[in-house]
Amino acid sequence: MIKDQDYLKKIADICLSKSKKLGSTDASILVQSSVSENINVRNKKLDGSERSENLGVVLTTYLGKKKSSIASSNLKESNLNELVDRCIETMKITPEDEYNSLPDKDLHFSGLKDLDLYDETHLSNEDKINYIKEAEDEAFSNNKIVNTNGSGFGENKSNFLLANSNGFADGYKTSQFTAYCEVVSKSNGSMERDYEYTSKRFYNDILKPKELGSIAADHAVKKLNPKKIKSEKISLIFDKRISKNFLSIFASAISSSAIAKGTTFLKDKLNQKVFNTEININDRGDIKKANGSRYFDSEGIGIINLNLIKNGILQDYLIDTYNGKKINRKSNGRASGTTNLYFENGSKTFSELIKSEKKLLYIKETIGHGTNIINGDYSVGASGIMIENGEFSYPVSEITIAGNLNNIFQNITLADDLEFNYSTNSPTMHVEGMIVGGK
Amino acid sequence: MTFLLKNSELSIEKADKIVSETLNCCDDGELYIEDTKSETIVLDDNKIKSSNYTSDLGYGFRAVTGDTVAYSHSNEISEKSLKNSSDNLKSTLKNNSGTYNSEIKKTNQKLYKDIDPIESKSMKSKIELLNNMNEYARSKDSSVKQVTASLLAEKKNIEIIRSGGELLSDNRPLVRINMSVMVEKNGRKETGVYGIGGRQDYDEYLKNDNWKKVCDEAFRIANTNIESKPSPAGEMKVVLGPGWPAILIHEAVGHGLEGDFNRKKTSAFHDLVGKKVASKGVTIIDDGTIDNRRGSLNIDDEGTPTERTVLIEDGILKNFMQDRLNARLMNTKSTGNGRRESYKHVVMPRMRNTIMLGGTNTQEEMIKSVDKGIFAVSFGGGQVDITSGKFVFNCTEAYEINNGKVGAPIKGATLIGDGPSSLKEILMVGNDMMLDPGIGTCGKAGQGVPVGVGQPSLLINNMTVGGTQL
Repeated sequence: MIKDQDYLKKIADICLSKSKKLGSTDASILVQSSVSENINVRNKKLDGSERSENLGVVLTTYLGKKKSSIASSNLKESNLNELVDRCIETMKITPEDEYNSLPDKDLHFSGLKDLDLYDETHLSNEDKINYIKEAEDEAFSNNKIVNTNGSGFGENKSNFLLANSNGFADGYKTSQFTAYCEVVSKSNGSMERDYEYTSKRFYNDILKPKELGSIAADHAVKKLNPKKIKSEKISLIFDKRISKNFLSIFASAISSSAIAKGTTFLKDKLNQKVFNTEININDRGDIKKANGSRYFDSEGIGIINLNLIKNGILQDYLIDTYNGKKINRKSNGRASGTTNLYFENGSKTFSELIKSEKKLLYIKETIGHGTNIINGDYSVGASGIMIENGEFSYPVSEITIAGNLNNIFQNITLADDLEFNYSTNSPTMHVEGMIVGGK
Repeated sequence: MTFLLKNSELSIEKADKIVSETLNCCDDGELYIEDTKSETIVLDDNKIKSSNYTSDLGYGFRAVTGDTVAYSHSNEISEKSLKNSSDNLKSTLKNNSGTYNSEIKKTNQKLYKDIDPIESKSMKSKIELLNNMNEYARSKDSSVKQVTASLLAEKKNIEIIRSGGELLSDNRPLVRINMSVMVEKNGRKETGVYGIGGRQDYDEYLKNDNWKKVCDEAFRIANTNIESKPSPAGEMKVVLGPGWPAILIHEAVGHGLEGDFNRKKTSAFHDLVGKKVASKGVTIIDDGTIDNRRGSLNIDDEGTPTERTVLIEDGILKNFMQDRLNARLMNTKSTGNGRRESYKHVVMPRMRNTIMLGGTNTQEEMIKSVDKGIFAVSFGGGQVDITSGKFVFNCTEAYEINNGKVGAPIKGATLIGDGPSSLKEILMVGNDMMLDPGIGTCGKAGQGVPVGVGQPSLLINNMTVGGTQL
């Protein structure tokens, strides 16, 4: 069972009062409790079960502008006392940093908690196994699926309390139901794997098992017998599961920590055109039941909705208290990063997008870590499907795609097929003229 | 004699009893108890940005029967909690029964000292070191605009209680010193990253002002990249430098030779044992027994002593890397590759120090033989798709080769290849085998574990380079 708010509060009080007694001027604390249960199935047979019970505390103490942190999973009072001692001792000898402080009291979250982030539904292991077996059954009904890498179902419940010495103390429960199916297809000596994944706060919102299985099978079969193509400059279509990655890159490039240090290609771009004029990007924390929704960030600051890109122009950064001070801005509640980040829909349909040029390469998967936030260089391995005259023609693999994000962002056209499946979401994306490395 | 249960509400007798009673009708399993202390101190933007100390204590209880694994872990070390876990394991495995295999090899292997690297250097001297690194790196050139330096130390003590009461333990120190330098010149920004580490005290790595070399190297890479030109795109010859570029070996063949993927027949290598998978002269080992190396372990996380496992010998595929589960199902023995990130994670076959042994060629010869290609000296990270065998890695320092000569530095390019075929494309194996500086972390199924790599210079006939210049 996850611990209740009273239990979390008791732990928080022990640590906060002890740190005050030992001379800290300020302190903040996070206490978390979670229970997760996962089931793995492979080739329609139970492969494993996993139950985890996690407890944790993170304490940060301040002495004026000096700061130190400890974290522990051992919540016994004797251990907590020892760790608080250690935290205070370290804090005293850590150099001052003028930007260290608790967050601005006026920005603390206070309000209604009505976003529906917790579903108390509990599935027995039997039910989980049945769900995921049904998904694998469906995948295996495709005769080119010969094996699975394993499929799984997970249920996670958690509760937390965030408190600080300025009087903030709040927390809430969240839930997450996750299922994935990863299958292996085989034909004419070619073997490929692919997956489908669904994750929602409410059990009723996840994909039905048959859909999960059939989509995974379809992905894996479409990759069979790929060709390697010649190196060329070509326009790309990014499948929704890849196009959202550009939003994540964008988010790290406008984090106040990168902006303050100058380690981003989007430094000094505020109020400038970063995307073309049809592009709008929002970050909203108040969508009911959504994966990225939250009431406040890891400092207790209430989440406000941000219109980050309006008609292609950069309107705002993602700001926390510490880095905000460095750039003379107040926190906008993004100490834990983005919430529900998304591109607004474009004006073209998916079918118009794939018919927009005679030859297009549809990217379904990228591998590698080839994004350089500092200068915007982008180079990753990829696989996908060639589109000729608006029709999917043959799978392509063992290629690279490269460009610079400054150009890529300016050359994006979006379809009108946005869905809120993850916390970061994008419609299908067309990017004009990128360099493919192949034969 | 248990140390980790010493101050808990759970006595060793009670723990033994619950473990034996739970596992006696299973094929395998154990209670794994872990006490990890770690400390991270980061200097960023001229300031000590954070000092974090973490103390993590918990257990993972595992029962295995056939190919089914039941796992339950918790931070609450008590009889009640362990009983709950036991009930949970039993309910998963209720329809299965097995015969407990109590056989496990013994060892007196001592590859690193039982030290606490966090306590053996004072907080004051750590802060002073980071400040010195920052000042030294910034003093190298006015183009240095940003410096991030960090110190990470960890002491992980583990105990494994098997059915029948056998107790195995290991105390593992680990340190890492990292440096990242950003250089800005003529409107361009580039970074250089370097680090060192292993299973010894900080001072062993800091002898003779070695920290200056770490700064020098990070600055050198950044400064080289500031002059870099766009990378070519397409297939060409590639010369790899010695040491860290062996993450090519790790990605191209290492993961594909882990027992689980081969037992499940999802690896591109699963039916290739005894067959030629690499050029003649290519021998690759996975060695957990090198003193003080980041990937070394006295025993793995199932209690099996580590060993030097030959994976590929003179081009022929010899062995997979095994944990106990996959070894049993494939009728072979564990090679001591059963590892987990922590008590929160299930055991899987994982690499330790994966190394290609040296050959006879010189790096000079290799470069001389290339008309048009690239010379890759350092990499950021890599990734592989086990099933299709396709792997990538990202260059952080590379040069063009024209007519047998090393030319201008080129921008961070991704190299992509096919695991089972790329090792057959190796044309020359260098005589300059080198281990990496001790900073590698390998990720698999969401679990990160410290690993090492090593290789000599290599000439590869054909790889696809992902640049922007057609």
